[in-house]
Amino acid sequence: MARVYLPGSLIRLFPGAPRHVEVEAATVGEAIAWLEAHWPGMSSRLCDTEPALRPHIKVFVDGEPATLCTPIAAASEVLIVPAVSGG
Amino acid sequence: MYSSRSTCSHACRARYKPRRAEQHSGEAKETANAMSSKVLVLLGTKKGGFILESDPSRRAWHLRGPLCEGWSILHMQYDPRSGTIYAAGVSEWYGPAVWKSTDLGATWTHSSEGITYGDGGPQIRKLWHVTAAHGAVYAGADPAGLFRSDDGGLTWTHVEGLREHPSCPSWGPGNGGLCLHTIVPHPHDPAQMWVAISAAGTFYTADGGKTWQPRNRGVRADYLPERYPETGQCVHKLVMAPRDPMLLYQQNHCGVYRSYDGGEHWEEISQGLPSDFGFPIAVHPREPQTIWVIPLDAEGGRVMPEGKAAVWRSRDGGITWQRQATGLPHEHAFIGVLREALAVDTCEPAGVYFGTSTGQLFASSDEGATWKLQAAYLPPIWSVETAVIEA
Repeated sequence: MARVYLPGSLIRLFPGAPRHVEVEAATVGEAIAWLEAHWPGMSSRLCDTEPALRPHIKVFVDGEPATLCTPIAAASEVLIVPAVSGG
Repeated sequence: MYSSRSTCSHACRARYKPRRAEQHSGEAKETANAMSSKVLVLLGTKKGGFILESDPSRRAWHLRGPLCEGWSILHMQYDPRSGTIYAAGVSEWYGPAVWKSTDLGATWTHSSEGITYGDGGPQIRKLWHVTAAHGAVYAGADPAGLFRSDDGGLTWTHVEGLREHPSCPSWGPGNGGLCLHTIVPHPHDPAQMWVAISAAGTFYTADGGKTWQPRNRGVRADYLPERYPETGQCVHKLVMAPRDPMLLYQQNHCGVYRSYDGGEHWEEISQGLPSDFGFPIAVHPREPQTIWVIPLDAEGGRVMPEGKAAVWRSRDGGITWQRQATGLPHEHAFIGVLREALAVDTCEPAGVYFGTSTGQLFASSDEGATWKLQAAYLPPIWSVETAVIEA
């Protein structure tokens, strides 16, 4: 199962959500669907309705930039990161 | 105090007949202070919501915040029917959502389920306004559209009729975006509602949102080739007088206006003000002809004219205006006040509050006669609303 790391600013929006979870998914999109099933509303925080990752949400699979279609292997590490932005 | 008088005729004054306001005013005075236990001032800021709280004397205030995880909160409103505070917000990372607190801001939840124009539709950038009425909750979005919740903000449905108006493709954004920033429900009839969109104008529905009519006749659009178009006006804020749903006021990009007929016709009431430009407008909770505006220098950076902070009040529906500045900074005050950032409470006498785009909150507990700075170092303030919580 892939390990998905969630940012602190996201888990504060979903009380009870951990910093990382083990997810069975073939793509980043499937991993986010898994998150949505466990914490309703999380998908809307990460994706817009195109559907695509929100512009300031970055996902890395095994250190490489990813999209919703990027494949995930059983031993993958998936990092969800709020991008540098703000002021 | 300066006072000025517009050239609006006495005929204008005669046309207006306050509806039941006088006979109710005594009743309202009895209720507001005697029964209330706390006054809340709800602040939406760039870095979260804040709540100022006082007893009805409004002499000392306690500040709480930032709330809503520091999201940019464009509007926060209390629903007295359910005791819920709703907040319309957006996160640079996580997008728009409506926040909700059922314990006066101690804890919050959020949802944006259903707040979408669908796959292939425009992305929703922000939520600008949230208002509860008749058991429903409404949210205004950018790009301009209206959403309704019938389960207390858990799920939302797009009120499609508004964006089906034939003028929708021509709606253009103002500096703040193409935002539906004001929702004015009819106080008694759930089917009637007014919304205001920058820069498309005011729209009215009498059938619960299925169809909408522009309500912009008589409102200037100096920046368009046609000065009085059917739509395209840059309404900055729209308010309804107490107990008279037909009496509306608006601060527009191009003047201050009053309508006696629910927006069918508008009459400009800017004369006597130092500038016809400003963002917010507020109306007294019991006196339909008492309104406040905050004129800004339209050409000089949209700040207080000459750096002298002032609120302007009219007690006759905009025929005459009085400058109210006692206690406000009278030099080097190059501050701005945005469209949602002026509010009035329901106490007796009414409290008036405004927040600046540089994070100061000024408050008056005597209807604007005197002012005090109640918070000096907040983030930029987008919105100010009040709630009087009865014991």
